[in-house]
Amino acid sequence: MTALLAASAACERETRRFHDEAQPPAAGGVRLTALEPGPATSSRALRHPYEDNAWAVSEGKRLYSQFNCAGCHAHGGGGMGPPLMDALWRYGAEPENVFASIAGGRPNGMPAFGTKVGATQIWQLAAYVRSMSGLVPKDVAPGRTDHMQVKAGEQAAPEAVPRNAAPEPPAP
Amino acid sequence: MTRFVLALQWSGRHSALDPAGPQAARIDSLWQFLWIVSAVVLAAVVAALLYASLHRRRHAEPEQAGAGTRTVVIGAVGLTVVILLVFLGLNFGTGRALTIPPDGAVQVRITGKQWWWEVTYPGNPPSYQVTTANELHVPVGEPVVVELGSSDVIHSFWPPDLVGKRDLIPGETASIWFQADRAGEYRAQCAEYCGHQHAKMALLIVAESRDSFDRWLARQRDSARTPADSLARRGQEVFLASSCVMCHTIRGTPAGSRIGPDLTHLASRRTIAAGTLPNTRGHLAGWILDPQRIKPGSRMPANPLAAGDLEALLAYLETLQ
Repeated sequence: MTALLAASAACERETRRFHDEAQPPAAGGVRLTALEPGPATSSRALRHPYEDNAWAVSEGKRLYSQFNCAGCHAHGGGGMGPPLMDALWRYGAEPENVFASIAGGRPNGMPAFGTKVGATQIWQLAAYVRSMSGLVPKDVAPGRTDHMQVKAGEQAAPEAVPRNAAPEPPAP
Repeated sequence: MTRFVLALQWSGRHSALDPAGPQAARIDSLWQFLWIVSAVVLAAVVAALLYASLHRRRHAEPEQAGAGTRTVVIGAVGLTVVILLVFLGLNFGTGRALTIPPDGAVQVRITGKQWWWEVTYPGNPPSYQVTTANELHVPVGEPVVVELGSSDVIHSFWPPDLVGKRDLIPGETASIWFQADRAGEYRAQCAEYCGHQHAKMALLIVAESRDSFDRWLARQRDSARTPADSLARRGQEVFLASSCVMCHTIRGTPAGSRIGPDLTHLASRRTIAAGTLPNTRGHLAGWILDPQRIKPGSRMPANPLAAGDLEALLAYLETLQ
Protein backbone atom coordinates (compact mmCIF):
# COMPACT_ATOMS: atom_id res chain seq x y z
CA MET A 1 0.00 0.00 0.00
CA THR A 2 2.79 2.38 1.02
CA ALA A 3 4.69 1.41 -2.11
CA LEU A 4 1.60 2.13 -4.21
CA LEU A 5 1.18 5.54 -2.60
CA ALA A 6 4.85 6.33 -3.09
CA ALA A 7 4.64 5.18 -6.70
CA SER A 8 1.59 7.31 -7.43
CA ALA A 9 3.26 10.35 -5.87
CA ALA A 10 6.24 9.78 -8.16
CA CYS A 11 3.98 9.92 -11.19
CA GLU A 12 3.15 13.60 -10.88
CA ARG A 13 3.64 15.16 -14.27
CA GLU A 14 5.11 18.50 -14.99
CA THR A 15 2.44 20.95 -16.12
CA ARG A 16 2.58 22.10 -19.70
CA ARG A 17 1.27 25.62 -19.76
CA PHE A 18 -0.17 25.97 -23.25
CA HIS A 19 -2.15 29.01 -22.50
CA ASP A 20 -0.43 31.63 -20.49
CA GLU A 21 0.45 35.02 -21.71
CA ALA A 22 4.18 35.23 -21.29
CA GLN A 23 5.10 38.86 -21.05
CA PRO A 24 8.18 40.45 -22.48
CA PRO A 25 10.52 41.79 -19.81
CA ALA A 26 9.96 45.38 -18.78
CA ALA A 27 12.27 47.71 -20.64
CA GLY A 28 15.37 48.54 -18.66
CA GLY A 29 14.85 45.63 -16.26
CA VAL A 30 18.44 44.51 -16.54
CA ARG A 31 21.53 46.61 -16.52
CA LEU A 32 24.23 45.88 -19.02
CA THR A 33 26.66 48.21 -17.30
CA ALA A 34 27.53 48.99 -13.71
CA LEU A 35 27.63 52.69 -14.49
CA GLU A 36 24.32 54.17 -13.54
CA PRO A 37 23.23 57.49 -12.15
CA GLY A 38 21.06 57.29 -9.08
CA PRO A 39 20.37 54.23 -6.91
CA ALA A 40 21.03 50.76 -8.31
CA THR A 41 17.99 48.79 -9.42
CA SER A 42 17.63 45.06 -8.87
CA SER A 43 18.85 43.08 -11.83
CA ARG A 44 16.70 40.08 -10.93
CA ALA A 45 13.38 41.83 -11.36
CA LEU A 46 11.81 39.19 -13.56
CA ARG A 47 11.76 35.44 -13.13
CA HIS A 48 12.07 33.38 -16.29
CA PRO A 49 8.58 31.94 -16.83
CA TYR A 50 9.69 28.65 -18.36
CA GLU A 51 13.11 27.82 -17.03
CA ASP A 52 11.82 25.14 -14.67
CA ASN A 53 9.79 23.43 -17.38
CA ALA A 54 11.37 20.63 -19.41
CA TRP A 55 8.64 20.75 -22.05
CA ALA A 56 9.16 24.48 -22.65
CA VAL A 57 12.92 24.01 -23.00
CA SER A 58 12.43 21.19 -25.51
CA GLU A 59 10.00 23.39 -27.45
CA GLY A 60 12.74 26.00 -27.47
CA LYS A 61 15.09 23.41 -28.89
CA ARG A 62 12.60 22.56 -31.65
CA LEU A 63 12.15 26.25 -32.50
CA TYR A 64 15.93 26.77 -32.45
CA SER A 65 16.27 24.42 -35.41
CA GLN A 66 12.98 25.36 -37.14
CA PHE A 67 13.68 29.09 -37.05
CA ASN A 68 17.19 28.35 -38.34
CA CYS A 69 19.14 29.78 -35.41
CA ALA A 70 21.66 27.09 -36.34
CA GLY A 71 22.24 28.93 -39.63
CA CYS A 72 24.50 31.37 -37.77
CA HIS A 73 25.11 29.87 -34.33
CA ALA A 74 25.43 26.21 -35.46
CA HIS A 75 24.47 23.73 -32.76
CA GLY A 76 25.80 26.09 -30.14
CA GLY A 77 29.39 26.03 -31.34
CA GLY A 78 29.01 29.22 -33.34
CA GLY A 79 29.79 30.07 -36.93
CA MET A 80 28.82 33.34 -38.50
CA GLY A 81 27.31 34.18 -35.11
CA PRO A 82 28.96 33.73 -31.71
CA PRO A 83 28.94 30.36 -29.94
CA LEU A 84 26.14 29.84 -27.44
CA MET A 85 27.45 26.88 -25.48
CA ASP A 86 30.41 28.58 -23.83
CA ALA A 87 30.52 30.67 -20.69
CA LEU A 88 31.05 33.95 -22.47
CA TRP A 89 28.05 36.26 -22.82
CA ARG A 90 28.47 39.50 -24.74
CA TYR A 91 25.10 40.89 -23.74
CA GLY A 92 24.48 39.19 -20.43
CA ALA A 93 23.45 35.66 -19.50
CA GLU A 94 20.29 36.63 -17.58
CA PRO A 95 17.07 35.38 -19.18
CA GLU A 96 15.90 38.95 -19.76
CA ASN A 97 19.09 39.74 -21.64
CA VAL A 98 18.79 36.67 -23.83
CA PHE A 99 15.17 37.64 -24.48
CA ALA A 100 16.27 41.16 -25.40
CA SER A 101 18.95 39.80 -27.76
CA ILE A 102 16.39 37.68 -29.63
CA ALA A 103 13.57 40.22 -29.63
CA GLY A 104 15.55 43.36 -30.27
CA GLY A 105 18.54 42.05 -32.15
CA ARG A 106 22.17 43.00 -31.50
CA PRO A 107 24.79 44.86 -33.51
CA ASN A 108 26.86 43.06 -36.16
CA GLY A 109 24.17 40.88 -37.60
CA MET A 110 21.71 39.49 -35.04
CA PRO A 111 18.26 40.34 -36.46
CA ALA A 112 15.37 41.50 -34.28
CA PHE A 113 12.76 38.74 -34.13
CA GLY A 114 10.41 40.56 -31.77
CA THR A 115 7.83 41.46 -34.41
CA LYS A 116 7.74 37.96 -35.87
CA VAL A 117 8.07 35.64 -32.87
CA GLY A 118 5.69 35.84 -29.92
CA ALA A 119 6.84 36.35 -26.33
CA THR A 120 6.03 32.75 -25.36
CA GLN A 121 8.23 31.34 -28.08
CA ILE A 122 11.05 33.80 -27.36
CA TRP A 123 11.01 32.76 -23.70
CA GLN A 124 11.17 29.11 -24.79
CA LEU A 125 14.10 29.90 -27.08
CA ALA A 126 15.83 31.86 -24.32
CA ALA A 127 15.47 28.93 -21.94
CA TYR A 128 16.96 26.60 -24.53
CA VAL A 129 19.85 28.95 -25.31
CA ARG A 130 20.68 29.08 -21.60
CA SER A 131 20.43 25.30 -21.32
CA MET A 132 23.27 24.98 -23.82
CA SER A 133 25.76 26.28 -21.28
CA GLY A 134 24.23 24.50 -18.32
CA LEU A 135 22.31 27.47 -16.89
CA VAL A 136 19.00 25.66 -16.40
CA PRO A 137 18.40 22.82 -13.91
CA LYS A 138 19.81 19.47 -15.08
CA ASP A 139 16.41 17.74 -14.92
CA VAL A 140 14.93 20.36 -17.24
CA ALA A 141 17.59 20.50 -19.97
CA PRO A 142 16.99 18.25 -23.02
CA GLY A 143 18.73 14.91 -22.68
CA ARG A 144 18.92 13.93 -26.31
CA THR A 145 18.34 15.08 -29.84
CA ASP A 146 15.74 13.61 -32.17
CA HIS A 147 18.17 13.71 -35.07
CA MET A 148 21.75 12.61 -35.44
CA GLN A 149 23.70 13.86 -32.44
CA VAL A 150 26.46 16.33 -33.10
CA LYS A 151 27.21 16.84 -29.43
CA ALA A 152 26.20 15.49 -26.06
CA GLY A 153 22.71 16.40 -24.84
CA GLU A 154 22.24 19.76 -23.15
CA GLN A 155 21.71 17.81 -19.95
CA ALA A 156 25.39 16.90 -20.04
CA ALA A 157 26.54 20.51 -20.46
CA PRO A 158 28.90 21.48 -17.64
CA GLU A 159 27.49 24.19 -15.45
CA ALA A 160 29.34 27.24 -16.66
CA VAL A 161 29.89 30.36 -14.61
CA PRO A 162 28.70 33.02 -17.02
CA ARG A 163 31.24 35.72 -17.75
CA ASN A 164 30.18 38.93 -19.35
CA ALA A 165 32.35 40.20 -22.11
CA ALA A 166 32.32 43.37 -24.09
CA PRO A 167 31.48 42.84 -27.75
CA GLU A 168 34.53 42.70 -29.95
CA PRO A 169 35.23 45.97 -31.68
CA PRO A 170 34.43 45.81 -35.36
CA ALA A 171 37.40 44.92 -37.51
CA PRO A 172 39.22 48.00 -38.80
CA MET B 1 -25.53 -6.68 -40.97
CA THR B 2 -24.35 -4.08 -38.54
CA ARG B 3 -23.79 -0.85 -40.35
CA PHE B 4 -23.07 2.01 -38.04
CA VAL B 5 -21.99 4.94 -40.10
CA LEU B 6 -20.80 7.85 -38.04
CA ALA B 7 -22.65 11.00 -38.89
CA LEU B 8 -19.84 13.52 -39.15
CA GLN B 9 -21.18 16.76 -40.49
CA TRP B 10 -18.18 18.21 -42.18
CA SER B 11 -15.31 15.81 -42.20
CA GLY B 12 -16.49 12.86 -44.21
CA ARG B 13 -17.57 9.36 -43.38
CA HIS B 14 -15.52 7.11 -41.18
CA SER B 15 -16.54 3.46 -41.05
CA ALA B 16 -14.77 0.20 -41.74
CA LEU B 17 -18.12 -1.58 -42.13
CA ASP B 18 -19.32 0.25 -45.21
CA PRO B 19 -16.45 -0.17 -47.68
CA ALA B 20 -16.13 2.29 -50.56
CA GLY B 21 -13.37 0.49 -52.45
CA PRO B 22 -12.11 -3.03 -53.29
CA GLN B 23 -9.39 -3.02 -50.59
CA ALA B 24 -11.80 -2.06 -47.83
CA ALA B 25 -14.30 -4.58 -49.27
CA ARG B 26 -11.71 -7.37 -48.97
CA ILE B 27 -10.97 -6.39 -45.38
CA ASP B 28 -14.70 -6.16 -44.67
CA SER B 29 -15.49 -9.60 -46.13
CA LEU B 30 -12.54 -11.15 -44.26
CA TRP B 31 -13.83 -9.57 -41.08
CA GLN B 32 -17.40 -10.76 -41.73
CA PHE B 33 -16.15 -14.32 -42.31
CA LEU B 34 -13.95 -14.29 -39.19
CA TRP B 35 -16.70 -13.05 -36.99
CA ILE B 36 -19.38 -15.41 -38.32
CA VAL B 37 -17.09 -18.43 -37.84
CA SER B 38 -16.05 -17.15 -34.39
CA ALA B 39 -19.71 -16.70 -33.45
CA VAL B 40 -20.53 -20.27 -34.54
CA VAL B 41 -17.54 -21.62 -32.56
CA LEU B 42 -18.57 -19.62 -29.50
CA ALA B 43 -22.15 -20.91 -29.80
CA ALA B 44 -20.88 -24.50 -30.07
CA VAL B 45 -18.60 -24.11 -27.02
CA VAL B 46 -21.38 -22.53 -24.95
CA ALA B 47 -23.80 -25.30 -26.02
CA ALA B 48 -21.27 -27.98 -25.04
CA LEU B 49 -20.71 -26.30 -21.65
CA LEU B 50 -24.44 -26.04 -21.02
CA TYR B 51 -24.94 -29.70 -21.99
CA ALA B 52 -22.10 -30.78 -19.70
CA SER B 53 -23.33 -28.77 -16.73
CA LEU B 54 -26.96 -29.94 -17.13
CA HIS B 55 -26.03 -33.65 -17.44
CA ARG B 56 -23.76 -34.02 -14.42
CA ARG B 57 -22.84 -37.45 -13.27
CA ARG B 58 -24.51 -38.33 -9.95
CA HIS B 59 -21.49 -40.09 -8.41
CA ALA B 60 -17.84 -39.30 -8.67
CA GLU B 61 -16.40 -42.06 -10.79
CA PRO B 62 -12.77 -42.79 -11.45
CA GLU B 63 -11.60 -40.70 -14.40
CA GLN B 64 -11.50 -42.75 -17.55
CA ALA B 65 -11.62 -41.44 -21.02
CA GLY B 66 -13.89 -43.58 -23.06
CA ALA B 67 -13.57 -43.96 -26.81
CA GLY B 68 -16.39 -41.44 -27.28
CA THR B 69 -14.66 -38.72 -25.23
CA ARG B 70 -11.41 -39.28 -27.09
CA THR B 71 -13.14 -38.88 -30.44
CA VAL B 72 -14.77 -35.62 -29.32
CA VAL B 73 -11.47 -34.19 -28.02
CA ILE B 74 -9.51 -35.16 -31.14
CA GLY B 75 -12.30 -33.84 -33.34
CA ALA B 76 -12.46 -30.49 -31.53
CA VAL B 77 -8.67 -30.02 -31.59
CA GLY B 78 -8.53 -30.97 -35.27
CA LEU B 79 -11.38 -28.61 -36.15
CA THR B 80 -9.73 -25.76 -34.20
CA VAL B 81 -6.44 -26.26 -36.04
CA VAL B 82 -8.21 -26.36 -39.40
CA ILE B 83 -10.20 -23.20 -38.63
CA LEU B 84 -7.07 -21.34 -37.48
CA LEU B 85 -5.18 -22.44 -40.61
CA VAL B 86 -8.04 -21.26 -42.82
CA PHE B 87 -8.02 -17.91 -40.98
CA LEU B 88 -4.26 -17.69 -41.42
CA GLY B 89 -4.51 -18.43 -45.14
CA LEU B 90 -7.28 -15.86 -45.68
CA ASN B 91 -5.37 -13.24 -43.68
CA PHE B 92 -2.26 -13.90 -45.73
CA GLY B 93 -4.19 -13.70 -49.00
CA THR B 94 -5.87 -10.43 -47.99
CA GLY B 95 -2.53 -8.99 -46.89
CA ARG B 96 -0.93 -9.85 -50.23
CA ALA B 97 -3.82 -8.43 -52.22
CA LEU B 98 -3.53 -5.18 -50.29
CA THR B 99 0.25 -4.95 -50.64
CA ILE B 100 0.98 -5.09 -54.35
CA PRO B 101 -0.17 -1.98 -56.23
CA PRO B 102 -1.05 -2.13 -59.94
CA ASP B 103 0.94 -0.07 -62.45
CA GLY B 104 -0.13 3.40 -63.49
CA ALA B 105 -1.49 4.43 -60.13
CA VAL B 106 -1.82 8.05 -58.99
CA GLN B 107 1.20 8.83 -56.79
CA VAL B 108 0.85 10.91 -53.62
CA ARG B 109 3.19 11.49 -50.71
CA ILE B 110 1.86 12.08 -47.21
CA THR B 111 4.08 13.28 -44.37
CA GLY B 112 2.74 13.06 -40.85
CA LYS B 113 3.51 16.00 -38.57
CA GLN B 114 2.44 16.84 -35.05
CA TRP B 115 -0.57 17.23 -35.62
CA TRP B 116 -1.44 17.55 -39.27
CA TRP B 117 -0.82 15.87 -42.63
CA GLU B 118 1.26 17.31 -45.44
CA VAL B 119 0.02 16.04 -48.80
CA THR B 120 2.32 16.29 -51.84
CA TYR B 121 1.56 15.37 -55.44
CA PRO B 122 4.85 14.96 -57.30
CA GLY B 123 4.98 16.83 -60.60
CA ASN B 124 6.75 16.48 -63.88
CA PRO B 125 8.36 19.01 -64.39
CA PRO B 126 9.09 19.45 -60.66
CA SER B 127 7.51 22.92 -60.67
CA TYR B 128 4.17 21.12 -61.12
CA GLN B 129 4.52 19.62 -57.66
CA VAL B 130 1.51 20.40 -55.49
CA THR B 131 1.71 20.71 -51.72
CA THR B 132 -1.40 20.99 -49.60
CA ALA B 133 -2.44 19.94 -46.14
CA ASN B 134 -5.06 17.79 -44.46
CA GLU B 135 -6.92 17.13 -47.70
CA LEU B 136 -6.25 14.32 -50.17
CA HIS B 137 -8.05 14.42 -53.51
CA VAL B 138 -8.23 11.20 -55.55
CA PRO B 139 -9.94 10.27 -58.80
CA VAL B 140 -12.77 7.73 -58.49
CA GLY B 141 -12.11 4.23 -59.79
CA GLU B 142 -8.34 4.64 -60.13
CA PRO B 143 -5.70 3.08 -57.89
CA VAL B 144 -3.82 5.55 -55.69
CA VAL B 145 -0.41 4.77 -54.18
CA VAL B 146 0.31 6.80 -51.06
CA GLU B 147 3.91 7.05 -49.89
CA LEU B 148 3.99 7.60 -46.17
CA GLY B 149 6.68 9.29 -44.12
CA SER B 150 6.92 11.21 -40.88
CA SER B 151 9.01 14.16 -39.82
CA ASP B 152 8.72 13.77 -36.05
CA VAL B 153 7.12 10.76 -34.35
CA ILE B 154 5.28 7.63 -35.48
CA HIS B 155 1.82 8.32 -36.91
CA SER B 156 -0.57 5.95 -38.64
CA PHE B 157 -2.69 6.56 -41.74
CA TRP B 158 -6.13 5.01 -41.44
CA PRO B 159 -8.97 5.66 -43.90
CA PRO B 160 -11.35 2.88 -42.80
CA ASP B 161 -13.76 3.34 -45.73
CA LEU B 162 -10.96 2.71 -48.22
CA VAL B 163 -8.23 0.51 -46.74
CA GLY B 164 -6.57 -0.56 -43.46
CA LYS B 165 -3.88 1.15 -41.43
CA ARG B 166 -0.24 1.81 -42.26
CA ASP B 167 2.27 3.42 -39.90
CA LEU B 168 4.28 6.51 -40.81
CA ILE B 169 7.73 6.01 -39.31
CA PRO B 170 10.37 8.77 -39.16
CA GLY B 171 13.28 7.97 -41.46
CA GLU B 172 11.38 5.26 -43.33
CA THR B 173 9.11 5.34 -46.35
CA ALA B 174 6.11 3.04 -46.24
CA SER B 175 3.46 2.82 -48.90
CA ILE B 176 -0.15 1.82 -49.12
CA TRP B 177 -2.59 1.80 -52.01
CA PHE B 178 -6.31 2.00 -52.35
CA GLN B 179 -9.04 2.74 -54.80
CA ALA B 180 -12.24 4.66 -54.16
CA ASP B 181 -15.14 3.30 -56.21
CA ARG B 182 -17.73 5.74 -54.92
CA ALA B 183 -17.40 9.49 -55.09
CA GLY B 184 -17.65 11.18 -51.73
CA GLU B 185 -15.78 12.50 -48.74
CA TYR B 186 -14.06 10.07 -46.42
CA ARG B 187 -12.25 10.70 -43.20
CA ALA B 188 -8.82 9.33 -42.35
CA GLN B 189 -7.50 9.56 -38.83
CA CYS B 190 -4.11 9.16 -37.16
CA ALA B 191 -4.29 5.73 -35.57
CA GLU B 192 -1.04 5.69 -33.59
CA TYR B 193 -0.85 7.82 -30.48
CA CYS B 194 1.45 10.69 -31.39
CA GLY B 195 1.14 13.22 -28.59
CA HIS B 196 -1.28 15.76 -27.20
CA GLN B 197 -3.46 16.37 -30.22
CA HIS B 198 -3.44 12.85 -31.67
CA ALA B 199 -7.25 12.80 -31.64
CA LYS B 200 -7.47 16.02 -33.64
CA MET B 201 -5.32 14.77 -36.49
CA ALA B 202 -7.75 13.92 -39.26
CA LEU B 203 -7.38 13.96 -43.02
CA LEU B 204 -10.23 14.49 -45.44
CA ILE B 205 -10.18 12.28 -48.55
CA VAL B 206 -12.21 13.67 -51.43
CA ALA B 207 -12.95 11.11 -54.15
CA GLU B 208 -14.18 12.82 -57.31
CA SER B 209 -14.40 12.25 -61.05
CA ARG B 210 -11.19 12.33 -63.10
CA ASP B 211 -12.21 15.66 -64.64
CA SER B 212 -12.80 17.50 -61.42
CA PHE B 213 -9.67 15.91 -59.91
CA ASP B 214 -7.58 17.24 -62.82
CA ARG B 215 -9.19 20.66 -62.47
CA TRP B 216 -8.46 20.68 -58.74
CA LEU B 217 -4.83 19.64 -59.29
CA ALA B 218 -4.31 22.30 -61.97
CA ARG B 219 -5.74 24.97 -59.68
CA GLN B 220 -3.51 23.86 -56.81
CA ARG B 221 -0.44 24.31 -59.02
CA ASP B 222 -1.08 28.04 -59.35
CA SER B 223 0.72 30.50 -57.14
CA ALA B 224 -1.33 32.92 -55.12
CA ARG B 225 -2.12 36.17 -56.91
CA THR B 226 -1.72 39.55 -55.29
CA PRO B 227 -5.28 40.52 -54.40
CA ALA B 228 -6.91 43.44 -56.20
CA ASP B 229 -8.99 44.47 -53.20
CA SER B 230 -7.22 47.02 -50.95
CA LEU B 231 -8.32 45.39 -47.67
CA ALA B 232 -7.00 42.02 -48.82
CA ARG B 233 -3.79 43.68 -49.99
CA ARG B 234 -3.36 45.09 -46.52
CA GLY B 235 -4.03 41.59 -45.19
CA GLN B 236 -1.15 40.29 -47.26
CA GLU B 237 1.10 42.91 -45.67
CA VAL B 238 -0.11 41.80 -42.23
CA PHE B 239 0.67 38.18 -43.15
CA LEU B 240 4.18 39.03 -44.31
CA ALA B 241 4.95 41.35 -41.39
CA SER B 242 3.68 39.21 -38.50
CA SER B 243 4.50 35.82 -37.07
CA CYS B 244 2.55 33.92 -39.81
CA VAL B 245 5.51 34.15 -42.14
CA MET B 246 7.83 32.34 -39.72
CA CYS B 247 6.08 29.00 -40.34
CA HIS B 248 3.81 29.15 -43.41
CA THR B 249 4.29 29.20 -47.17
CA ILE B 250 2.14 31.12 -49.62
CA ARG B 251 3.58 30.50 -53.08
CA GLY B 252 3.78 33.73 -55.03
CA THR B 253 4.81 35.74 -51.96
CA PRO B 254 8.12 35.85 -50.05
CA ALA B 255 6.57 33.59 -47.38
CA GLY B 256 8.32 30.27 -47.81
CA SER B 257 8.76 28.58 -44.46
CA ARG B 258 7.95 24.86 -44.33
CA ILE B 259 7.21 24.43 -40.62
CA GLY B 260 3.42 24.75 -40.80
CA PRO B 261 0.91 23.85 -43.53
CA ASP B 262 1.21 25.44 -47.00
CA LEU B 263 -1.51 28.09 -47.18
CA THR B 264 -1.35 28.88 -50.92
CA HIS B 265 -4.88 27.52 -51.43
CA LEU B 266 -6.17 27.67 -47.87
CA ALA B 267 -9.63 28.95 -48.83
CA SER B 268 -10.22 25.92 -51.10
CA ARG B 269 -9.95 23.51 -48.18
CA ARG B 270 -13.00 22.32 -46.33
CA THR B 271 -11.51 22.14 -42.84
CA ILE B 272 -8.80 23.83 -40.79
CA ALA B 273 -6.47 22.49 -38.10
CA ALA B 274 -6.44 18.92 -39.49
CA GLY B 275 -10.18 18.32 -39.67
CA THR B 276 -10.80 20.02 -36.32
CA LEU B 277 -13.05 22.84 -37.55
CA PRO B 278 -14.95 23.66 -40.74
CA ASN B 279 -13.15 26.31 -42.74
CA THR B 280 -15.30 29.38 -42.11
CA ARG B 281 -14.29 32.97 -41.48
CA GLY B 282 -15.30 32.83 -37.81
CA HIS B 283 -13.45 29.59 -37.07
CA LEU B 284 -10.39 30.87 -38.90
CA ALA B 285 -10.40 34.05 -36.83
CA GLY B 286 -10.69 32.07 -33.58
CA TRP B 287 -7.94 29.72 -34.69
CA ILE B 288 -5.52 32.52 -35.65
CA LEU B 289 -6.08 34.46 -32.43
CA ASP B 290 -5.82 31.55 -30.05
CA PRO B 291 -5.10 28.04 -31.36
CA GLN B 292 -4.25 26.86 -27.85
CA ARG B 293 -7.90 27.12 -26.80
CA ILE B 294 -9.00 24.92 -29.70
CA LYS B 295 -6.09 22.50 -29.86
CA PRO B 296 -4.01 22.80 -26.65
CA GLY B 297 -0.38 21.97 -27.31
CA SER B 298 -0.63 22.68 -31.02
CA ARG B 299 2.57 24.09 -32.49
CA MET B 300 0.82 27.27 -33.63
CA PRO B 301 1.27 30.09 -31.10
CA ALA B 302 -1.39 32.62 -30.18
CA ASN B 303 -1.36 35.67 -32.43
CA PRO B 304 -2.74 38.71 -30.65
CA LEU B 305 -3.53 40.77 -33.75
CA ALA B 306 -5.29 44.11 -33.64
CA ALA B 307 -8.91 43.96 -34.82
CA GLY B 308 -8.24 45.87 -38.04
CA ASP B 309 -5.23 43.71 -38.89
CA LEU B 310 -7.21 40.51 -38.25
CA GLU B 311 -10.04 41.74 -40.46
CA ALA B 312 -7.60 42.46 -43.28
CA LEU B 313 -5.77 39.16 -42.78
CA LEU B 314 -9.03 37.19 -42.96
CA ALA B 315 -10.03 39.06 -46.13
CA TYR B 316 -6.66 38.11 -47.63
CA LEU B 317 -6.84 34.45 -46.56
CA GLU B 318 -10.29 34.20 -48.15
CA THR B 319 -8.80 35.16 -51.51
CA LEU B 320 -6.48 32.12 -51.43
CA GLN B 321 -8.80 29.95 -53.49
